[in-house]
Amino acid sequence: MPVRRLLAAVCALAVLAAACGGSGDGEGGAIILATTTSTRDSGLLDELVPRFERETGIRVKVIAVGTGAALRMAGEGNADAVLVHAPVAEAAYVASGDLVGGRLVMANDFVIVGPPADPARAAAAPDLPAAVAAIAERGRFVSRGDDSGTHQRELALWRAAGIDPRAVAREETGQGMGATLAIASERRAYTLADRGTWLALRDTLDLAVLVEGGAELRNVYRVHVVNPERHGGVEAVRAEAFAAFLVAPATQALIGRFRAAEFGRSLFSPAAAAGGGG
Amino acid sequence: MSAIGEGLLEALRLVARGDAQLFAIAGRTLLVSGSATALAMLVGAPLGYLLGRARFPARTLILAAAGTGMGLPPVVAGLVIWLLLVRSGPLGGLDLIYTKQAMIIAQFLIALPLVTAFTAAAIQALPPRLPDLLAVLGAGRARTFWLLAQEARLGLLAAVIAGFGAVVSEVGASMAVGGNLAGDTRVLTTAIVTETSRAANERAIAYGLVLLAMAFAVVIVLTVVQQRGAR
Repeated sequence: MPVRRLLAAVCALAVLAAACGGSGDGEGGAIILATTTSTRDSGLLDELVPRFERETGIRVKVIAVGTGAALRMAGEGNADAVLVHAPVAEAAYVASGDLVGGRLVMANDFVIVGPPADPARAAAAPDLPAAVAAIAERGRFVSRGDDSGTHQRELALWRAAGIDPRAVAREETGQGMGATLAIASERRAYTLADRGTWLALRDTLDLAVLVEGGAELRNVYRVHVVNPERHGGVEAVRAEAFAAFLVAPATQALIGRFRAAEFGRSLFSPAAAAGGGG
Repeated sequence: MSAIGEGLLEALRLVARGDAQLFAIAGRTLLVSGSATALAMLVGAPLGYLLGRARFPARTLILAAAGTGMGLPPVVAGLVIWLLLVRSGPLGGLDLIYTKQAMIIAQFLIALPLVTAFTAAAIQALPPRLPDLLAVLGAGRARTFWLLAQEARLGLLAAVIAGFGAVVSEVGASMAVGGNLAGDTRVLTTAIVTETSRAANERAIAYGLVLLAMAFAVVIVLTVVQQRGAR
């Protein structure tokens, strides 16, 4: 009798669903780490997090969103720690008291990539603002448009060059770095990328690095703990353990070696020794 | 060879060598979406039955709501559940965010309107005098429900297939409330998003093919049951 069998199957599955609870958290509890897509897409967190989980028994739930969204999660007490790369935006959350215990973890740099033929002649520009102006004048630009750290930096570059981004041939993808690079490649446009994602994906792209170097393109990742005094339910002790793990010498050495052999250079340079608070 | 061809080969390779990650993700997908569909049937089938048979003031409104819900973008359902379950949300104390249970709840909500509307339509498609006939023959309420469900089994199985198809293929809600955690809440669709963003297109296509094969296997079982009943 098919209906009876169907009913039995439905009930069995419902019981199964009810029983599948509690599988998530480790013995030492769990924390939510809100972070950027670049740290996840590069595979770095896949390398670091299991090591931390083995050492401490604390499970880390890595939620990879844009830096803007990660900070907002922290500001509403929906995460325990953040690993982000937008110093200006971070400073606001530190000032409001939502984030505490900020410390430098690692750094790399942003690069401006574009069609190898460089129709806007950005590579020939004498400095960064001139390169940005050249793209505004003769090229087109694909923006993340997702309030990520990379998007925020891009907007800062336009500002520094005295250009209104709304006035240039610029499109926003609202997507992650990989998708945005692919779109820029297909549309023969310029874009700003973090070095890690660029190195990981460059073989699939018809783009070249045209502008690099300089303090304005430095990309700094910091870890912060969400302030338990402002947000109830935050796992501050465990989050602090994770932050301490990230800046520990052994972890820092691991970050420096991460995929370095594969790309002939490190994706992230360890920065904790350079000091610097949030 | 093209990425699609490579993906096909990669899929075959992964299945052939029993790739642990692939099977874990596929099994989890089946568990989450199967549970959500089952729960949606438990609630939606009686509700659809009621809407198909009873006449009450809000009936048209609920039917219209179910019809509208069929078009509910999963990402919206995901956002609503996320806002409810996240720590600062009204149900944050349950600590369900970024778990499989949260995914089941979201997928349940996505499947419910489909299951309800399909069931209501199936019940209404029965000969209108059948319930009266059953009553005359002395069938009680529960017995009538059972017998009508038997008669409407084609439509009920269509409801299961539609509900399962909707939730197993959605990505937005699973991503939002599950968090796409490797080894915990990563299902086939969110794994495809992850692999694509890493430019691992072959593996992404392999996952896509596994998803298709899995959906096909489930639907073929349901269809065999359905058509056997149709003889």
